[in-house]
Amino acid sequence: MNMIKRRINQALRAAPALLAALLTAGTGYAAEGGAIDSGDTAWLLSSAGLVLLMTPGLAFFYGGLVRKKNILSVLMQCFMAMCLVTVIWFFCGYSLAFGPDVGHFIGNLSWAFLNGVGPEPNADYAATVPHLAFMAFQLKFAIITPALIIGAFAERIKFSAFCVFTALWTILVYSPVAHWVWGIGGFLRDMGAMDFAGGAVVHINAGMAALAAALILGKRVGKSAPPHNLPLAILGAGMLWFGWFGFNAGSALAANGVAATAFVTTHIASAVAGLVWSLLDWWYHKKPTTLGMITGAVAGLVAITPAAGFVTPTGAMIIGLGSAVICFISVTFVKAKFGYDDTLDAFGVHGVGGIWGSIATGFLAVSGANNQLWIQIKATAITAGFAFVASVILFKLVDMIVGLRVSEHEERIGLDLTQHRETAYTLLD
Amino acid sequence: MKYIIAVIQPDRIDAVLDMLEEKEIHLVTVSNVLGRGRQKGISSVYRSVKEAGNLLRKIKLEIAVNEDFVDKTVAAIIEGGRTGEVGDGKIFILDLEECIRVRTGETGRAAIG
Repeated sequence: MNMIKRRINQALRAAPALLAALLTAGTGYAAEGGAIDSGDTAWLLSSAGLVLLMTPGLAFFYGGLVRKKNILSVLMQCFMAMCLVTVIWFFCGYSLAFGPDVGHFIGNLSWAFLNGVGPEPNADYAATVPHLAFMAFQLKFAIITPALIIGAFAERIKFSAFCVFTALWTILVYSPVAHWVWGIGGFLRDMGAMDFAGGAVVHINAGMAALAAALILGKRVGKSAPPHNLPLAILGAGMLWFGWFGFNAGSALAANGVAATAFVTTHIASAVAGLVWSLLDWWYHKKPTTLGMITGAVAGLVAITPAAGFVTPTGAMIIGLGSAVICFISVTFVKAKFGYDDTLDAFGVHGVGGIWGSIATGFLAVSGANNQLWIQIKATAITAGFAFVASVILFKLVDMIVGLRVSEHEERIGLDLTQHRETAYTLLD
Repeated sequence: MKYIIAVIQPDRIDAVLDMLEEKEIHLVTVSNVLGRGRQKGISSVYRSVKEAGNLLRKIKLEIAVNEDFVDKTVAAIIEGGRTGEVGDGKIFILDLEECIRVRTGETGRAAIG
């Protein structure tokens, strides 16, 4: 008895020291870096906020497009991505993506629990802003990327399966790809691949996972239904466009000319793509639809992402135009031809638009290597191949652990009631 | 002429419509409704969250048919709508006095068909 008491006392005495060590872990380390620039820091923190807003924006974009019995499930999945990925990023995700390189493939775990990631700048990534601000900015990308995949499996996946998949995918797919492309020592970065704000890391990555999801889950039960609330989808698309300024212009990591370039190219590409998609819609479907316009605008935003800081406004116009045409073809004809049920066109817009943007960066970037196009094609193929194969394996694994798809009965009732026991709209006021 | 009103589970609507179509019954009016039956709105699994006054979501079908289609219609609704659990709903059959097609002014059998 006395011994147990003694042990407890020992543990209690040691606890404050342990707690203090954990609490100061994030502040006790300072990589050599320049002085903090308040303008850069203000812009990056603002951008991080803008990028975070994209995820609720995406939630309303997707939420408006599903049937009304499934809107809460989509909103919940997007918000859960914010919670879940944040925790994973803190535990190990950031360290795996940006921590000290292991074999050009992955970061090591020395920055786990944000150990050594403090208010001092890290010169390797962003010399004029606190390392924590850079980490926070990157976190918002890690959140929205798995959330984009929701568009492919909406209306038929178990919430538990979504959570397990998102957690595993963030650690095993997002973090490595982010390291390859953006991490110091990453092999695609060393190869000279250009990805300004995540064409490969975010859009190709999520888009290929979306294709894997659509193929593995199979089609939804019943007849396809039109969007239940387009105004919500338009609100969401507007929030995405707004947040994308943080996504792309923030990726300059400074309040400078590159940020201004990215801001303008982002806006132009989106505007052109929204316009061109509307025209295509008008011509092919006889009416310019709101759904077509916002889909086009998002496709333009996706495609300009890898190129945003590297191209001229004219280059942005070409990328926007191309993205509208190519994504329109993929959504209208390719999807119909092959018959996969990519619920909300996550692959058709993010995968295809990301691939187009990444390759277009190769011939439109103002200052790239002579063989930049070839580098971009290689980097695109590697990212797309890895994302697809790894996602297939993860989906199969999750299917074995918790089961991926809800029962047909649950799918007919809707995910809001069956997964969350809630309903978005009541019949009596 | 008969007027058939059926109250069914929301998740069975697709199946019921498919069965009706199979039996060549195309005329149907569908509404979202709330209601309760013998179980006083207490539902087993997933059927509904607690709504105002414990009313559950249901779908109401209204179908006007000529006599020779009554049995087929009832069979289609039962075949598509039955899960075997409490709350599968009810079918009511009413005499239908008259039916008039707005466009042509036709009445009776011709107007329903």
